[in-house]
Amino acid sequence: MSNEHYSLHINGTDHQVQDAWIGESLLYVLRERLGLPGAKGACEQGECGSCTVYLDGQPVCSCLVMAASVTECQIATVEGLRPDGGLTDVQESFLSEGAVQCGFCTPGLVMAVHHLLDTNPSPTELEVKEAISGNICRCTGYGRIFAAVEAVVVQRGNR
Amino acid sequence: MVETLTKSRFGIGTNAPRPDGTAKVSGEFSFSSDLWAENMLWGATLRSPHPHARIISIDTSAALGLSGVEAVITAKDVPGQLTYGLISADQPVFADSVVRYMGEPVAAVAADHPETCRRALDLIEVVYEALPVLSDPEGALDPTVAAIHPDGNLIRHQRIVSGDPDVTGDVVVEDTYVIGMQDQAFLGTESALALPDSDGAGVVMHVATQWLHEDQKQIAACLGLAPERVRLQLGGVGGAFGAREDISLQVHTALLALATRRPIKMQYGRHESFFGHVHRHPATVWMRHHADTSGVIQKIEARFLFDGGAYASTSSAVLINGVTHAQGPYKCDNAVVDGYAVRTNNPPCGAMRGFGVVQACFAHESQMDKIAQALHLDPVEVRLRNAMQQGDRLITGQVIESVAPVQRLIEETRQIPLPPEASPHPDPLSLPGGSGLASEARHVRRGIGWGVSIKNIMYSEGFDDYATARCTLKDGKASLKFATSEVGQGFVTIAQQIARTVLGVDDVDLEAIDTDIGSAGSTSASRQTWMSGGAVDGACRLVRERLFQIVGQQHNVDPLRLVIEEDEIVDPLGAFRVSVREATRDLVITEEFEHHHRPTEDLDENGQGNCHVAFAFVAHRAVVDVDPELGLVKVVQIATTQDVGRALNPLSVLGQIEGGIAQGLGLAVMEEIIVKDGRVLNPSFTDYLLPTTLDAPEVVARLVEEPDPQAPLGAKGVGEPPCISVTPAIVAAIRDAIGRDIPRCPVRPQDICL
Repeated sequence: MSNEHYSLHINGTDHQVQDAWIGESLLYVLRERLGLPGAKGACEQGECGSCTVYLDGQPVCSCLVMAASVTECQIATVEGLRPDGGLTDVQESFLSEGAVQCGFCTPGLVMAVHHLLDTNPSPTELEVKEAISGNICRCTGYGRIFAAVEAVVVQRGNR
Repeated sequence: MVETLTKSRFGIGTNAPRPDGTAKVSGEFSFSSDLWAENMLWGATLRSPHPHARIISIDTSAALGLSGVEAVITAKDVPGQLTYGLISADQPVFADSVVRYMGEPVAAVAADHPETCRRALDLIEVVYEALPVLSDPEGALDPTVAAIHPDGNLIRHQRIVSGDPDVTGDVVVEDTYVIGMQDQAFLGTESALALPDSDGAGVVMHVATQWLHEDQKQIAACLGLAPERVRLQLGGVGGAFGAREDISLQVHTALLALATRRPIKMQYGRHESFFGHVHRHPATVWMRHHADTSGVIQKIEARFLFDGGAYASTSSAVLINGVTHAQGPYKCDNAVVDGYAVRTNNPPCGAMRGFGVVQACFAHESQMDKIAQALHLDPVEVRLRNAMQQGDRLITGQVIESVAPVQRLIEETRQIPLPPEASPHPDPLSLPGGSGLASEARHVRRGIGWGVSIKNIMYSEGFDDYATARCTLKDGKASLKFATSEVGQGFVTIAQQIARTVLGVDDVDLEAIDTDIGSAGSTSASRQTWMSGGAVDGACRLVRERLFQIVGQQHNVDPLRLVIEEDEIVDPLGAFRVSVREATRDLVITEEFEHHHRPTEDLDENGQGNCHVAFAFVAHRAVVDVDPELGLVKVVQIATTQDVGRALNPLSVLGQIEGGIAQGLGLAVMEEIIVKDGRVLNPSFTDYLLPTTLDAPEVVARLVEEPDPQAPLGAKGVGEPPCISVTPAIVAAIRDAIGRDIPRCPVRPQDICL
């Protein structure tokens, strides 16, 4: 296999990728090479959103991004949401509202919800549904996830 | 028992937080696919492209010659039992001479990188000779059709004859119903990490499974090892829903680890996952109901045909669940029911949430609406007139000893307000078809439908189903040990709540979930709250008893007078009071408990016998909007009332209800594995449609809490009921909206508009 060397800028830090195969996805490199397994792989087709990270502030499915193609981007993962190790208001709300069951979709959803509320602080019910419709959850039926989003909107004083 | 259930902080009855919650929201929780080991190799599986073929030859030499490949294994490398299975060991670890379904494992490789594995699989040369494909389950019942498996094409037949088979009714309704093949579609695909022992004669496996000890037994048999040489730890489980009850990659991963003497990680991609686990049985169910002029059921006749696919898995148990639930939650004295589970060259089917009852319920609920229609009765009224009660007898002769509040569930669901009428100028996103912007509001018609169900909980037919737990109390802190698979349902939360309440402690540590303790049984059949909950409760009570004895002796108080109040040990009749923390200083008390449910029986040749342990009930009402010209459906609201016995964690119960409803909605209108001539046509999340946030209806849920006296904590399992009758309720609502009979689920656009 090939032996590419490149550097990725993730959560404010440069990470060196050594002896990599050029075909590796960003998801694979994050999880298997850089010790950042928060993004999850569940469909490899950009259908489920479990692998959501931000590229230059925009949420993307990291399973569809070739890692070696984003050396110029600022990459943010769930691990970088709170560098001090605490929880964000969205994460706290997911817990208190019962939005977590198996938890496989959760990091991706947390990323999607943060992006939604950063860009639209008081979304309508339909706007919430539309914004996170690319994140599949098989356990919860979404009810508690909607409740968690609403709780953050209220808590941030936007409703 | 009730006296001990005082409110402690986050004890029973509270919305205690998940102990794994912080790790899950922060991305730190280790799912089995997140595991990693020094010097690790990747494993991958070669699968048959044919649904039925003879294997003429397998040449692995080119794959072995590829740089980075460390091992290639086939059937000849299986040192122990060549086959495995949950009920009968009829499924080969690797196909040897014949492949019987598309995707059957033929070989496996270990290599330094997933891409090397993929290339190595491409280099394995298998010569197949295609054989005729048995894809029609009716064909499998034809004795002239060649058997596709040494055990034959019939997996099991069961007949139930109850009461007077010659009774007829004033009103007779019948139809043949078709239920499609549904996928569990857990998000965390199959994955395992196997670490070989240094002597090469054993293995430690971290695996996402529903039943560690059953896996251990099956893996050890295939490896030819004693079970204690195969130690299993639960890897974080990304959902299950039945798909992890059978083993999948376990034996392959272990074999590669033993062959290479290196850690092996194996993980299926989504495409492979569709071939790597069993699915919900597609079924054809014919039912004929006889009723009197007031709509009271006189007799049920039914014939079930479950397509088990190529291997047996749990088909025989699914079949029994189907036929024994043919009457639904309704009284019925007379019945003639036949059920068959058969082998075909279709994908193997087995456990999925609802387990055979989903198929029965779709048929009996459709029939209830036909009775109502024939007699111009309200669908609710006909259900109320037939509603089962505690003490009624099932068509198997078994008396319902469980709490059975069927009438109350229906009545309470009826009282839930209907959603507001559709706006004449709605947001297009809220219309059927959503962001496709296809529907116009003026075409949309609204419908209402009902579904009510009964579901057996725990294992049936004489299986000695038990769960084990150990509790240790030390310095005011409890710790719990069990092998119960936490798959997302929240047993870990419930376990802590039980210990807090019984022992008056706040801190409850959970030890590793592994095979270093007795079996907990499977996380399936809505059984863990009852079974493992019963085991944790029993172990904690034994510890408390010993604590009371010690404290009683120390302080000269009769131990029988002591109780736990909040975090204290108290003699309610005297002045004695000491904190649990104080009383347990320098003290370690450990107790283990096995909870067994009462024995059950096999059915006899006429389907008579007390084969089930207990039952849970639920009612659903669906409101849907349908665009009849485009065949598009939007589920607007689901109202439900569920018989839960007792809600140990109300927020968790709500999560199970909402999640189950979403899966039932999927089966109603979108989820189906499409199989043609044994070939799966849609093995991906692009083509197999799952409910998204935009498909999620408003859910209004109520609970009926009538503690079940048989249940250790009064609590019935809540996992399966939510997904069972919601499917027929939605389909009934579609029928109501468009005035057309639809005898199948999922309902496809062509079923509505063509």
